[in-house]
Amino acid sequence: MSQTASQPNRLAQGGQVDRTQALTFTFNGHTYTGHPGDTLASALLANGVDLVNRSFKYSRPRGIVASGAEEPNAVVQLGATEATQVPNVRATQQALYDGLVARSTNGWPDAQRDIMRWIGKLGSPFMPPGFYYKTFMAPASMWMTYEKFIRKTAGLGRSPTQSDPDIYDHMHRHCDMLIVGAGPAGLSAALTAARAGARVILADEQEAMGGSLLDTRETLDDQPAAQWLKTTLAALAEHDNVTLLPRTTAHGYHDHHFVTLHERRTEHLGDSAPSKAGYRQPRSRLHRVRAGQVILATGAHERPLVYANNDVPGNLLAGAVSTYIRRYGVVPGEKMVLSTSNDHAYRAALDWQEAGREVVAIVDARTAPQGDLVAQAKAAGIRVITGSAVLEAKGAQRVSAARVAAIDVDAFRVTGKVETLECDTIASSGGYSPVIHLASHTGARPVWSDAIIGFVPSTVAGVAASGGARGVYPLDEVLADGVEAGVNAATALGFDVTVDDADLPQVASRHEGPVCALFQVPHEKATLRAPKQFVDLQNDVTASAIEVATLEGFESIEHVKRYTAMGFGTDQGKLGNINGMAVTARCLGQSIPETGTTVFRPNYTPVTFGAVVGRHCRELFDPERYTPMQAWHVARGAEFEDVGQWKRPWYYPRKRADGGLESIGEAVARECRAVREGVGILDASTLGKIDIQGPDAREFLGRIYTNKWQKLAPGRVRYGLMCGDDGMVMDDGTTSCLAENHFLMTTTTGNAAPVLEWLELWHQTEWPELDVYFNSVTDHWATMTVTGPEARKLLTDLTDIDLDREAFKFMDWREGHVAGVPARVFRISFTGELAFEINVQAHYAMHVWEALFARGEAFDLTPYGTETMHVLRAEKGFIIVGQDTDGSVTPEDLGMHWAIGYDKPFPWVGKRALTRADTRREGRKQLVGLKPKDASVVLEEGAQIVFEPNHAIPMPMVGHVTSSYYSPTLESGFALAVVKGGHQRMGESVYLPMVDGRVHEAEIVSTQFVDPKGERQHV
Amino acid sequence: MFHIYCPYCEELREEEEFHPKGQAHIARPEEPDTCSDEEWGDYLFFRDNPRGIHHEMWLHAVGCRKFFNITRNTVSYEILETYKMGEQPTITAEHLAREEKNAREEKTNNAQVAEGGQQTVGASDAAVASVKGAQA
Ligand SMILES: [Zn+2]
Repeated sequence: MSQTASQPNRLAQGGQVDRTQALTFTFNGHTYTGHPGDTLASALLANGVDLVNRSFKYSRPRGIVASGAEEPNAVVQLGATEATQVPNVRATQQALYDGLVARSTNGWPDAQRDIMRWIGKLGSPFMPPGFYYKTFMAPASMWMTYEKFIRKTAGLGRSPTQSDPDIYDHMHRHCDMLIVGAGPAGLSAALTAARAGARVILADEQEAMGGSLLDTRETLDDQPAAQWLKTTLAALAEHDNVTLLPRTTAHGYHDHHFVTLHERRTEHLGDSAPSKAGYRQPRSRLHRVRAGQVILATGAHERPLVYANNDVPGNLLAGAVSTYIRRYGVVPGEKMVLSTSNDHAYRAALDWQEAGREVVAIVDARTAPQGDLVAQAKAAGIRVITGSAVLEAKGAQRVSAARVAAIDVDAFRVTGKVETLECDTIASSGGYSPVIHLASHTGARPVWSDAIIGFVPSTVAGVAASGGARGVYPLDEVLADGVEAGVNAATALGFDVTVDDADLPQVASRHEGPVCALFQVPHEKATLRAPKQFVDLQNDVTASAIEVATLEGFESIEHVKRYTAMGFGTDQGKLGNINGMAVTARCLGQSIPETGTTVFRPNYTPVTFGAVVGRHCRELFDPERYTPMQAWHVARGAEFEDVGQWKRPWYYPRKRADGGLESIGEAVARECRAVREGVGILDASTLGKIDIQGPDAREFLGRIYTNKWQKLAPGRVRYGLMCGDDGMVMDDGTTSCLAENHFLMTTTTGNAAPVLEWLELWHQTEWPELDVYFNSVTDHWATMTVTGPEARKLLTDLTDIDLDREAFKFMDWREGHVAGVPARVFRISFTGELAFEINVQAHYAMHVWEALFARGEAFDLTPYGTETMHVLRAEKGFIIVGQDTDGSVTPEDLGMHWAIGYDKPFPWVGKRALTRADTRREGRKQLVGLKPKDASVVLEEGAQIVFEPNHAIPMPMVGHVTSSYYSPTLESGFALAVVKGGHQRMGESVYLPMVDGRVHEAEIVSTQFVDPKGERQHV
Repeated sequence: MFHIYCPYCEELREEEEFHPKGQAHIARPEEPDTCSDEEWGDYLFFRDNPRGIHHEMWLHAVGCRKFFNITRNTVSYEILETYKMGEQPTITAEHLAREEKNAREEKTNNAQVAEGGQQTVGASDAAVASVKGAQA
């Protein structure tokens, strides 16, 4: 561990950092200091840290290039502890705090000593474009190995292995106007809209609002820009209708002006969020904003020039150099060469010189640059070399010189003699690219503008770009453009707006000469043979790689992107995309607009999973639904099963004689025997229940169910089968006639909501003339199934209902009292045994349940869970929709011809499809029982069935097992299965080849394994 | 995420409250038994997938539980109108095509008029308004 370094690149004054306070931080195990106001990047540069990463593919040393969201290299892994690890943080956007710990993301095990370097050194011949497709795809079986290797070496960050201690919030917001970006355009738009009375949200991604005003050389009203900025922010803060959101990135523009904002609440304060008044603060907030109008004042990103070895540490964007000097008081080198195509970049040279360091030369691609800044530079004695560019950087770990020569931009060639200028920094600027990402998210295609040499956004209605985001760059014009955007949006919202010109601050207008369209700088050698000229620094895509892609026939920019991986990094090619398109265009001999546009998708910068998830984690991840008897089940030690959102008792393990707990097999065997020999009870409250009323209720049931409902009398219950109009079974259950115009439908637990929607669909869209109403009563009624030969005896003393087998027949229901509580009791059976389903209002349920157990002590009343329920129903051949059916099964495939009313007068749902050729054909898979030859075998659910086990592979597969259990009653495994033509194959053998090489033999039998005549449920 | 106006609740609500239910105006044949297998198959399985104007059925699932119809541009995702079950759309692909044709002819007749303005994806407000006007 090195001792605290002394910030060699920190200026004695200037910038917005607080030099009176020192903050200590660690990068790659070394300890440094910085100041409040620093970003991690500015603090690293202040400490003279050149190397921040190894590159993705060639493992070349990389340094900081930019100062904002567009940074491709300084992508770090943040976190002092395992639980607080955050991958893919841009050092340029991370505020420095005391105790910050960061590591290089790329370059395992260490950015300084990296094994991939050897692959990089051995050279590019091993990693040409398309390398991954060409090399790692074959053999396919090795891909997993390759992928692990690539991931580890490329190191795209890693997630923590411990639980995140932080909390994250979601907020829903509505506003008249959302303004993204608080630079000069956004601020003047916000002020205009605020004064008009609009509810405004102004969001800005940086630590401080102000955008370009934070480091501009220009004055507003003859004051430093900071003064106007302060006054304006104060004025905005005074408006109740304005919400200022600093540290907030608008990362996604979704449909209908729905914009997601990621606000970093405490990420500038520490490794995890501090507490306030005893409560942990949220680390970040995701604002889900629905806006009336949106103004995108997102500014522009500077484009670097593409020249040889432009990736060596010490190559920076010109604008970033100015930002580090003016905002952070950091000058990242001693001797600088500036290579530019425009006036604006001259700022970097002026700032550098004023910081007391040497500007070796400004190399301007234009033959006769003439703007005010050019004159200023010349007046300051800076050497300006015109009609030239930096062709190549020299140096390995840091720039040591720049090779400069005259070039012919249009002919793309070097025309002059090369001069080598010693320097440690090369700043470059190829102009600006409007930040069009959010506009792009809406699907609106950007449009190339020759005037600004960049893409400007087109926008959908209700969205406007303003200022730099649409290619307006001079400060006075930007301010005016912001006002105009504010006026237009406010007017569109119906506000009465008057603009007072005096509101705009005075900005000295400045003459700027025209920009030259330079992207890739020519080299003496052809691009394919020149030293690497990087286009996309994060993904190591070079101009030569793009040229190769075009030579290999890739002409669409989308194909070139995918072939070279250009723009696929976490930076989405913010710096490289336009240069890449320009190189492609040059190679194909066409213009940039002919080459294509660039499309950006959410998210603008990476968003952590924590922010996306918000509070929807742990117990709030998905709601849990409990029946009224949940506490009893828990107290009784039940194991639970998830059925949709419901928690259902799965089985109730008891203590064995030896003190241990029963296994699931032991518990289920005991529960099964209790039902078949004594009496058991099931909490069936989760079954879907739909109350159906109206004069046409009966007619409706007849249309929606496959079977007949005309004659079902009050007091009677019927099993019903529901199909889609494609004739496939979609649900089943019983429906009871409560009164002439009143029915109670039950559905499977998982289908309660879909079936209600299904009923509404048919009623609302096809048969609105039917007078019928549907209501979910699932949660209103609790259901307890008391079943087994002793069920009647148990209930007799608890109810005023006559339980006599003649008075209360199978498939009857009766109203009365159970345990003194109003109840509906249904004599239906899903076990094949005598059964009473007791329905009481949910709030009474626990009382009734306990009364049943008090009385049930004499009968050893046994609670059973879903596993026992499954075994018992399968022994009877009762299907479970969704387990024994899969959306391709008709009632006839299930052998349920008895439930189909072909002669009903109305063409009910599903009827027509049951006579289509396909539903009538021979050889459909039909539901049958399977009895394994070896009684100890429990077949695997889902196992494939064949007729000929010795058939050559691939064997014709003729069906599969749908349900399979061990039956304590049969003392054998048994199964339900679908088998081609199964109904005609009773007694035949089928075979089930297993993964481990065993082949099970089973006999096709009836689906009713227990009590096939169905006598027991009638007793 | 869509912002959907429920014609029954008469309010704009978030998409999360709704379920999409596919193409609208698919009438079940009156006499299924007289349909050929092919006709029945068409009714069951075949749906349009237009680029541009699409009429689709939605359900206000966690709101009023009502089914209703939406006219939506499948390119811009703009919702041009919503209307109750049983009603007919006032904006259709045919209407918009006619409007655009008229606008084009007008433009050729007044060649000196600058195009101007920002590009909007899908139907312009003016086109929609004129269609609605023509309907009223
Ligand atoms: Zn509604």
